[in-house]
This record gives sequence, C-alpha cells and structure tokens, in this order.
Amino acid sequence: MLNESKVVGLPLARIDGPLKVSGKARYAAEHFATDMLFGRVLPATIATGRITDIDVSEAERFPGVVKVYTYKNRPTVAKRESKWKDEVALPGYTMRPLEDDHVQFDGQPIAFVVAENFEAARDAAELIRVRYAAYDPHTDLLQEQANSYEPPVPRMKEFMPPKPRGDAEGAFAQAPHKIAFEYYMEGEHHNPMELFGSTVLWEKDGRLTIHDKTQGPQNSHDYVCNVFGLKPENVVVQNKFVGGAFGQGLRPKYQLFLAVMASLDLRRSVKAEMSRREMFYLTWRPVCLQKVSLAADAEGNLQSIMHHALGGTSRYEDYQENVANWSGMAYKCDNVKISYEIAKLDRSTPGDMRAPGAASGVTALETAMDELAYEVGIDPLELRIRNFIHVDQNQDKELTSKALHACYREAAESFGWANRSHEPRSMKDGNELVGWGMATGFWEAQLSEAEAKVSLSSDGKVVVSAAASDIGTGTYTILNQVAAEAFGVSPQAVTVRIGDSSLPKTSVEGGSWTAASSGSAVQVAARAVVATLLKHAQSMPNSPLADASEDQVEIAEGRLVLQANHQVGVAFADIMEAAGVSEVEEHGKVAPDPATMKKFSAYTHSAVFVEVKVDEELLIPRVTRVVTAVAAGRILNPKTARSQILGGVVMGVGMALHEEGMVDHRTGRVMNHNLAEYHVPAHADIEDLEVIFVKEDDDKVSPIGVKGLGEIGIVGVAAAVSNAIFHATGKRIRHFPMTIDKLLAEPDRH
Amino acid sequence: MRRFDYTRAETVHDAVVALAANPDAQLLAGGTNLIDLMKYDVARPGAIIDINRLPLKDIEELPDGGLRIGALVSNSALAYDERVKERFPLLSSAILAGASPQLRNAATTGGNLLQRTRCYYFYDPSTPCNKREPGTGCSAIGGVNRIHAILGASDKCIAVHPSDMCVALAALGATVEVEGPDGNRDIDFADFHRLPGEHPERDNMLQAGEMVIALRIARNHFNRNYTYLKLRDRLSYAFALASVAAAMEVAEGQIVDLRIALGGVAHKPWRDALAEAEFAGREANEATFMQIADRLLSGAEGQGHNDFKIPLAEKAIIRALKQAAAGRPQDQVVKAIQ
Ligand SMILES: Cc1cc2nc3c(=O)[nH]c(=O)nc-3n(C[C@H](O)[C@H](O)[C@H](O)COP(=O)(O)OP(=O)(O)OC[C@H]3O[C@@H](n4cnc5c(N)ncnc54)[C@H](O)[C@@H]3O)c2cc1C
Ligand code: SF4
Repeated sequence: MLNESKVVGLPLARIDGPLKVSGKARYAAEHFATDMLFGRVLPATIATGRITDIDVSEAERFPGVVKVYTYKNRPTVAKRESKWKDEVALPGYTMRPLEDDHVQFDGQPIAFVVAENFEAARDAAELIRVRYAAYDPHTDLLQEQANSYEPPVPRMKEFMPPKPRGDAEGAFAQAPHKIAFEYYMEGEHHNPMELFGSTVLWEKDGRLTIHDKTQGPQNSHDYVCNVFGLKPENVVVQNKFVGGAFGQGLRPKYQLFLAVMASLDLRRSVKAEMSRREMFYLTWRPVCLQKVSLAADAEGNLQSIMHHALGGTSRYEDYQENVANWSGMAYKCDNVKISYEIAKLDRSTPGDMRAPGAASGVTALETAMDELAYEVGIDPLELRIRNFIHVDQNQDKELTSKALHACYREAAESFGWANRSHEPRSMKDGNELVGWGMATGFWEAQLSEAEAKVSLSSDGKVVVSAAASDIGTGTYTILNQVAAEAFGVSPQAVTVRIGDSSLPKTSVEGGSWTAASSGSAVQVAARAVVATLLKHAQSMPNSPLADASEDQVEIAEGRLVLQANHQVGVAFADIMEAAGVSEVEEHGKVAPDPATMKKFSAYTHSAVFVEVKVDEELLIPRVTRVVTAVAAGRILNPKTARSQILGGVVMGVGMALHEEGMVDHRTGRVMNHNLAEYHVPAHADIEDLEVIFVKEDDDKVSPIGVKGLGEIGIVGVAAAVSNAIFHATGKRIRHFPMTIDKLLAEPDRH
Repeated sequence: MRRFDYTRAETVHDAVVALAANPDAQLLAGGTNLIDLMKYDVARPGAIIDINRLPLKDIEELPDGGLRIGALVSNSALAYDERVKERFPLLSSAILAGASPQLRNAATTGGNLLQRTRCYYFYDPSTPCNKREPGTGCSAIGGVNRIHAILGASDKCIAVHPSDMCVALAALGATVEVEGPDGNRDIDFADFHRLPGEHPERDNMLQAGEMVIALRIARNHFNRNYTYLKLRDRLSYAFALASVAAAMEVAEGQIVDLRIALGGVAHKPWRDALAEAEFAGREANEATFMQIADRLLSGAEGQGHNDFKIPLAEKAIIRALKQAAAGRPQDQVVKAIQ
C-alpha cells in the first residue's frame, strides 16, 4: 500500500484536459503527412450471400483515385489463423477483410478505395457496382433459439457457468414464493465520439508509424506485424489520445488492416477513417434473452436461483461474455443453476461493451430480485440485505473485500429510501407518478499483467512510461499521481508517456483493470528507483543511510530519508552526483498473484437508487434522480473516478430507455445507423446524478488497493430504472430498452 | 456524395430561373437536411443554388397585425422574435420543441417546410424506396416502421413529415408565398404538403422551378389557449412519434373556434378543418376532447411496429386539448408534461 496520501486521492483535473479542449490533442485520424493517401471502405449491403460481380472500373477512373482493392486483388497476407489472432481474439475464424466473395454480415467491407484526397475516395466508393447472390438472413435471436449451443471452446474459463450447486429445481418447486420470467435486451452499439481511424505513416526504410484508434497499441502492433509479416522493431503504433471506446477498440478494426495493406502495397502513407454508419457494423453488445427463476421462503431468504442466458454471435466467431454467473455470486443461495448459450446470427461478431455480460445479466437478475421482493411482500433493499453473502459461492473463495453494506446504507440514506411507500402507484407529484427503484451492481476487480518504467532525474523530474492507453478515463492523470506520490513531488514535475507500443508492455485497456494494474506497476517501478537510490547512497562515504533497508526509506522534499525520521537522509541530487548518474530509471512489473487468486475472488460493488417520474396518462418516463454508491477499493482521484461513474450511469439510462440497434430481419440489416435515429440520452434525459464512494480498504486486490471503475457505473442502472418504473406505474417491462410502445402495451399489474 | 456545380443566387428571380432551367438543381438554404442527404448519397443534385444571400431574412408586419416571414429567417430567429412569441406563441413553442439549438440556428423557414422524411429506408440508398426511387417499392411496409404513418398513408409509402414547425403552421392556417419563373402564387398551408398516394416522390405542391419566398400568418386569437405537445423517444433532440398543435378560442367553457393539427403521424401535418368546425359550440371538456381524438383518428391504421402511435396520439390529443383549454401550454424546457 502507498503511504499516507499527498497527491493520490486528490481530485486533480485531468492533465490532458487542456489539450483536448483546445484541439491540441490529436486523435488517430488527425495526423498528417505530405503526400498522404486516403482510403474509404465500401460496406456490403446484404447480411449473407456472395458477391457475384463487383465492377470497380468507374471508381478507378474517378479523378484522384490511386487504387481500388477488393477480394480480387488483395495483396498477399498471412494465411495461418494464429497470425490473425489478436490479444483478445475469440474462438472461431477471425474476420479477414477482403478475403473472398463471401458476405457474412451487413456492412462487411467489400472494397477499399484509395485516393489522393478523402473526397475522391469517398465519392468514388459510391461508383462501385456490386451484384450479390443474397441468402436468407437469420438475424432474429428469438427465431434462432432452437439452434443455440454451449460454446465448445470457452473464451475464458471464468465465463463458463459454475457447476450447479444444491437442487435448484427441487427447491424452486417447494418454495412458497417464486417468480420466473424472461428478459430480453436489444443489441446496442458503442458509438464513442471518435470514429475508428488509422493513419499509417510510411517511411522509405520500410518503417511504419501508425496512429490507431485502439484500446491497446501493442495489440494493434502485434496484429499488424503478424498479419503482414513485419519485423516488430519496424512498426510503432500510437494511441496517445482516444476519444472514447467503451470496449469497441479492444480488437483491431478493419480500417487498420486496410490502411496498412495499402500503405505497404503503394509505398505511401495512408489514412483510413470509418464513417459513423460503419461504427454500427461491427462490435456491438449482443442481443440477449434471459430466463431468471428465483424462489424464497416466507422471510425472503433465497431458496433457489436459476438463470439461463442466450446471446447472439456471428457465423464466424463465438463471442462469449459472462452474463449469468453473477446470479451465483450475488446473494446467498445454496441451490443454484446457471447456464449460458449462444446462437449464430448473420451479423458481425459482437464485442465487449462497457461491463460486457454484467450490464445485461445483472439487469435481468436485479429486475427479477425486485419482482421477488414484491412477490414476498418485502422492501426490495431489505430483500438484498437479507441475502447478503460474504464469500463467492460460485468459486468457493473468500472475497478480497466487499463494502456493499456501506453502499446500500449510504446511497439509501442520501436518496431518502426510508420515505418510500411500498405499493406501486402510491407516490405522485402533480400529473406524474413517482417511482423509486434500486439495484445492486457487480463487476470483477481484475489485475492484468502490466509493466512500467519510471525515471527520476537529479533535478527532481519524473518520467513514467507504459504502453497503457487513456481512453478518456484519466489514465494520464492517475499514473501521474501515483508517481508524484511515490517521490513526494508535485504533479507538474511528472511526465506520463503512454499510448505507444514501444513502451513497457501493458495489456489492452479493458476490464477496468488499467488503474489497478498500470498504477501498481508504476508504484513498483518507483519503489525500485528508491531501492537503487538507496544502494547508491549507501556507497557514499559516511552515508547516514548505511544501515537502512529498502522498506525503511522514502523520498521527501528532494531527499532520500528514513521514514521514521526525516532528518536523516541525503538529497537525491547528491546521491546521483556521487554515483555519477543524472537519473535513475527502473522497471516495474505486476501480475496477478496466483496464491491470492487461489484463495480470493475480487469484485467491485455498487448500489444504485433511481427516481423516475412517469406521466400518468401519457406514460412518458423521466429519470429525475440517480444516486450510486460504489465500493471500488482505493479511489486514486475522486474527480476522474466520479466522471467514470457518471458516464456509466448515463449509459445505463440509455440501456434502460433508449439504445437499440433496429434490425430489419428480412434483410438482416441495422436500419437506424446514425446518431439521429440511434438514441442515447440527451441532456434533457439526465437530471440529478449523485456519486458516493464508500470507504473500502483492500490490500489484496492489487498492490495499490485499487479495484477499477470503468464499468461498475453502468451495472444495475437499467434494472433500477425498470424497478422504479414498476414502482411508479405497476407496469413491469422486461424488454429493454423500455420505450413508450412497451409501456403503452403493458397492463397495470397492481 | 456526388460532384455538383455550385452557384450563388443574388436575386430571387435568378434563383428561380436557374432552378427552372435545370431539373437536376436544388436550392441550398441552411443545409442541415440537404447536405446530410447528399453525404448519404440520397440527394444527388447536379447543381446547388445557394440562396443564402437572398433578401428573405425579414419578419415583416402585415396590415391586419399578422406577420410575413421570409423564407430565410432562421428557426431560432423566428422562435425568439418578440412579435411571434406574443402573437403566435404556438409557432414559437413548436419550433423550440424541435432539433437542437445549433440546428435551429442554421435551419431556415423554407428549408423546414421542405425537409424530407426521416424514414430509415429513405436514408439508405441500398434499399428500395418509392420516395427516393419511384417504382422500387416501399421497404418500410413490413419492415422497421415504428416511426411511420398511421394516417393518410398509401401502399406506395408510409413515411411521415418530420417537422414540428409545420404542425403549428398548419394549425394556424398560414399561407405559403411561392415564386416561380412565371411569377408569384399563394398556397394554403393545408394544401402545401401532400399525401403520398401514387407519387410519394413528391412531398409538396411546388411546381418545377418554384421556391418558397415567405409565409404569411394572419392575426388570430390563438395566443392564450394553445399548446404544442410533442411525444418522442427521448426528452429532447428526437423527432416526434406524435405531436399535437392545438389552439382554441373558448368562451364560457365553450369552444368558439378550434384548431388542431397532428405531427409525426402522416405524410403531412394532419389537420381536419371540417371536424374542427363541427366541434365549435361544444363544451371544452374531456368528453368533447375524447370525441375530437376519435374523430381525428377514425381512419388511423398501424403498420405493426407503429401500432402504438394510435393510442399514443389519442392520449396526446386529449392532453393537448386540456392544456390549451386551460391556457397551460406545454413548456419546452421543463420536461414534465403539463
Ligand atoms: C439531427 C437532426 C435532428 C432534427 N430534429 C428535428 C426536430 O426534432 N424537429 C424538426 O422539425 N426538425 C428537426 N430537424 C430538421 C431541421 O428542422 C431541418 O433540417 C431544417 O429545418 C431544414 O432547413 P435548412 O434551411 O437547413 O434546409 P436545407 O437543408 O438547406 O434544405 C432542405 C430542403 O429544402 C429545400 N429548400 C430550402 N429552402 C427552400 C426554399 N426557400 N424554397 C424551396 N425549397 C427550399 C432545399 O432545396 C432542400 O431540398 C432535425 C435535423 C437534424 C439534422
Ligand atoms: S415509407 Fe416512403 S420513404 Fe420510407 S421506404 Fe417507403 S416509400 Fe420510402
């Protein structure tokens, strides 16, 4: 653990903020080179079939066009599947752009036009004539239930359902109170502000510098090297600034492949950026159908939990996420049965989207818990508290920490939950029915392998480097804080270098693990710097630190001193001078500790309380208040932390009420592929949001006690909104998003 | 996007002559709709005639106390004009219920009238659409059609006109001033937009070479008992699933004069003047309002996904009439429904 905080824990404004708001932060597609070419993709307009004819002659003749690529003239690239597997690839066959005449999803890139300017590439792409032999698409998950299957190759063993425990069916049959319902979630699309783009800067000696929109520069780097057979040292991938990603940037996107392909082929720099419409075509939160059955005794103690989830995937890969396992660890219950299946659709492969799996699965579980509370006749919060559990029954492990009681207490108090009347339709404000609903949120607290380099120079300047990414979460700022803290310097003295594949190895920025992992690696590297300084100091004549050990010293006010007595020490500038160096640089590395992992599970928890107001006649819902309390271990920076939760809550409101990719199942195509018709919450949809971080000490989850915050904010929100709508109206909507048509169609149940 | 010629018109006459001479030409006003459609390759004008320099940016007084609104008055300028707010607050309110401040700053009066449908298929040139390419079929019928028409649709097209402003103009009975190569003419607002019928490619009654130069609204007494109620999928920045512009003159609890137009439900702002007349003299109460809703929606037909629009429109009509009768217009900032 870090010592008493001086910089860590302060609400520092993000250090990249001024660059971003002044336009000085350059995103992937904002880098230029003289003599650069521009590429544009032509997306397929069928969901499944073959290209019978593709005529590019008119496009090729268009002024400014340099070359048009299709499957017919794609340069040779790697053949073996292993070369195509990126760090977070899935079981199956990785999509290879322009591979052959098969079309497997709407929007699949089928041609890539490269021209001297963007406009020429864009306009010429529209002149390509394509003829297809289209097959009948199967894109409706509800129609594909009969073809569902358990993934034969698990993506990760943690995603496999835990073995059943007890006798869930028997207990369900006997319990006095039970509910069993189906919940359906439409597919969602990430739509970060920044479009996917890659700028490939080609140099005569064959080196490539690539600015890529990605959550992992090293992942893109390795993919490019493997697919194109390039020497690792000849390729650098940078993502210094990322305009949001939400998981969509975990895997390399086709524009990266196409831009590199064209750059190598034409020996020129090439830039390719997607259109907003293309952002809808790949990597999406899959449609998901779930059945949850819960049973309780007369007091509300859970007797049985059964949760079956079915998610959509593509024809070519088995996308998997942990949708249902949460139901086995969330509450105390000895009779549990969980299952998970997927079904192939003629759509692109889904991908991780903020809290993948949990956002869908916990929504179903937590809506079901509310249904059970009403079935038993007790307060929904009370039901959760009665079934509280301090261990992970799925894995039969202890928890590193779980301050969820504090979340319930502090959020409920701030929200005013005690003033709630239990009956639906019992609270009103003018024309509006008022509803209060709550839910619990769960997410895993993960540590991933991460390395970092930290240097301290004799003038007190600190440089931190790691191939981590800041996808808008505040990574620059918190790594700065950890380093500043370690050396007792001000944040201004610290420079953070991230977003570059040539820096120390770091996993993709996902799973909410960056703060914990890279933060810990920086801390370890900083401790190593201190150790080296100590070694140097001890070789100085008459060193006052001669007998000190590493864990007895620290840096304060420019000196290496004894923790116990700051009077005793040496200025580190003097130490470096004596050692004949101008700076000390060390590596730090962290990885999950197998011994801890064997014994403990680690999760982040939250409690979400939502107020909705629903016009009694028109049934238009408004989310007027959300209070979220989060237990996420140590909070490095309450400001960036709060922003993460706010963003998650807003996205949760979107999941509850707005977001939905509308597919025409006759053609298998997403029809609302723009931000005018794919709705996310507008300002008017968001009112008071309050975020509380409860105190949670955890010395096992990560060396710096951090759990991560990127995803927990969304989990449970949609359920809390749905529960609030039920409380307001007596209508239980089990189909998300809960649009007005569903509210109108649903009879009052109370 | 296709290549096009660009010219800037300096006079209205130049603009209409150029427009008449080239069937491939389109006028460019604020560009908030046309440029989008060009980028999506839906609109493919061979020539763009930029009319932004034309002297059509004024709101003028008419002798009867009405207003004449130039075709290039921006939606914001119109909504915030003091005279409009005082005399025709229904219009002001309807404009503010639409789009976003940035769009309203750029969008013009003429462009708003001429904006095209938001039908998903119309926007996607790779799908059949009779409005975009006559004779290819209507993909929305049997497709994704939750935003489509419940009134006045044809088996050729079920699209809706997306404007909010036009719903208020329909209720207020505005007049559209049009200029063509052969001179001026007036078109009643009710006749300006058309139903799809056999020719959904035609949104309105403008003839080739004609452009809108102004709107006139005669003085009326609808600045007390009015409302614009817009229901949509999120609380701002979304097109209407159903909207109601309602205005009435009430005396001693009785309807003296009634105006009601619906948005988001048909190929044009939906107004039935005959029905309005029938309700003159009736009590301004819920029972009457329910009958008005019944009457207006008597021919309503759903397409599947949009079936909910029928009960939604019914509830919206009743509520809007209550708001209007009570002189409690819907506030466009406060999102609770009054
Ligand atoms: C994301 C988004 C959301 C929106 N939301 C709403 C909403 O909620 N409610 C709403 O009502 N609107 C909404 N709009 C639409 C907006 O109101 C229209 O785009 C705008 O009014 C069009 O005006 P313009 O001047 O920009 O027209 P332009 O785009 O310049 O032109 C549109 C059409 O009108 C023609 N035209 C322009 N002026 C004339 C003229 N004087 N005579 C003849 N033809 C002419 C053009 O040739 C073109 O065909 C939204 C638009 C967007 C992009
Ligand atoms: S409803 Fe009209 S605009 Fe939409 S697809 Fe059919 S014809 Fe085209």
